[in-house]
Amino acid sequence: MAGSGDGLRKRRLAAPVSDEDLATICCGDIVFLDGVIYTGREGVYRKVVDEGAEPPVDLRRLSNVNFHCSPAAAVQDDGSYRIGAVTATASFRFSRALPAWFAKTGCKVVVGKGGMNPKDYRDTFVPAGAVYLTTVGYGTGALLGRGIREVLAAHWIEELGIAQAMWVLRVENFGPLIVESDLQGNSLFEQQNAAINERIEKLYDGLKTPALRRHGETDDKTEELI
Amino acid sequence: MISAERIEEAAYGAMFRAGIEIPEDYETGLREIAKSETGDLSAFVIEAMLENYDAAREDRRAMCADTGLPRWFVKIGNEARLEGGFVELERRLRRATARATHDVPLRPNRVHPLTRRDHNNNVGINAPEVEWSFEPDADWIDITTVHKGGLFGSDYRMLFPADGIDGIKRFFMDTLIAFGKRGLACQPAIVGVGLGGSKDVCMTLGKQAACLRIVGDRNPDPEVAKLEEELKALGNSIGMGAMGFVGSSMVVDCHIEIGDCHTGGMPASVHTFCLASRRAVARIHADGRIETRTDPNWFTPYMRRETVEWREAETV
Repeated sequence: MAGSGDGLRKRRLAAPVSDEDLATICCGDIVFLDGVIYTGREGVYRKVVDEGAEPPVDLRRLSNVNFHCSPAAAVQDDGSYRIGAVTATASFRFSRALPAWFAKTGCKVVVGKGGMNPKDYRDTFVPAGAVYLTTVGYGTGALLGRGIREVLAAHWIEELGIAQAMWVLRVENFGPLIVESDLQGNSLFEQQNAAINERIEKLYDGLKTPALRRHGETDDKTEELI
Repeated sequence: MISAERIEEAAYGAMFRAGIEIPEDYETGLREIAKSETGDLSAFVIEAMLENYDAAREDRRAMCADTGLPRWFVKIGNEARLEGGFVELERRLRRATARATHDVPLRPNRVHPLTRRDHNNNVGINAPEVEWSFEPDADWIDITTVHKGGLFGSDYRMLFPADGIDGIKRFFMDTLIAFGKRGLACQPAIVGVGLGGSKDVCMTLGKQAACLRIVGDRNPDPEVAKLEEELKALGNSIGMGAMGFVGSSMVVDCHIEIGDCHTGGMPASVHTFCLASRRAVARIHADGRIETRTDPNWFTPYMRRETVEWREAETV
């Protein structure tokens, strides 16, 4: 019997996302966003979190949705921006920056790839009242690109380049995204991994181990890399 | 004589097709394994990806914003003559890369590894990579571009002869489980396996097996082809689907390429070509005609020869 996404709960949420909306979403919900979101990743975090720079715009007033993304974009001859596809980059790399980022900007929604270590949800997201939405695929770049109605700004593009600049985007029906963590700190990936891990050991039954081991090698395949 | 202008035109066009149009063999293969996908979330992801391919084609926009590391594989007919020679060819490939990065647009992913300096055009030191191969009795050149993500899903291991097929299977599953969780490998993928060769060639063969052979293709060596089938089934039995959700769609196809190796070792590498398996090919004929396709046909009988002398008749 083939699976199907038909039974999943689908929601449209206004961005910035209200506390009321945040409280009602659950792991595994499918979400589409309408409103304003901004991108921020290594370059932006380095400047703001590590070097103490002020964000280029008042993010508390602008939006509480931080997209871990660099768009496939080009600066046109007339100075305007053209965005083709947008997709997320793997978020676990930004674990260290997020506590300070949340405190400084009031960010409550992270949109990214792959989720965070469950410890990050408990220690950083839940206290900040924040949730994590994962992009789908990964690589629904054309669908997400369609959802961008307007580029409102590309901050720090001279200094950080196209890929690392802070892009401020007005979006409509921007998705699909999947709720990976909720306000209680539940994690969809953690739940799914637990189900998969139950079967993994059996897969290796009867396969002899290699003659030469590697440093750090483990036979526990349920361990996470991130 | 093949003109440099035509080479750049062919390469520029291939960059667009690779970035925007999912190859038919991959899309067909994905639809095929989706039929037996068991997980609802994994099925939803595949449905969204199929919709995404349509959106990319309709809008003429890149299918994925991580447009990977655009690179080139060039096969040159032994009788082909190129205006300006190989230096001009490399220059034209770099120009096509930079122009298409701006015009598609693709993401300028290439940066200096230490300073992170970005030229905003996917051109830099040793970038884009250009790999070469040759074909006897031909006067055309084939230019293939591959746009492959570069962060997750590959690994290398020196195994030993006594580790045998068990060792290969373990290493294959280790890699898919590690990078399949949370979908870091962006599966379902075309999984390429390099077996043998020197360490660097082992990596190269596995990468080329993933990126330069089409879904449904089998290695002509029956033993290798059998292992391809076994590894594909093994990957899809892990219980993991798209994005690492519970499911059954991990491997759209598995391709293995072989290189003779040190008598004491059995090096292996595993590579995953993702839900945006981007490749496009242009053949430039001696008269300047450009033909396009999505099958690189990279591993020709000449490429896989094992004798000192080359005569095609010997391998048929």
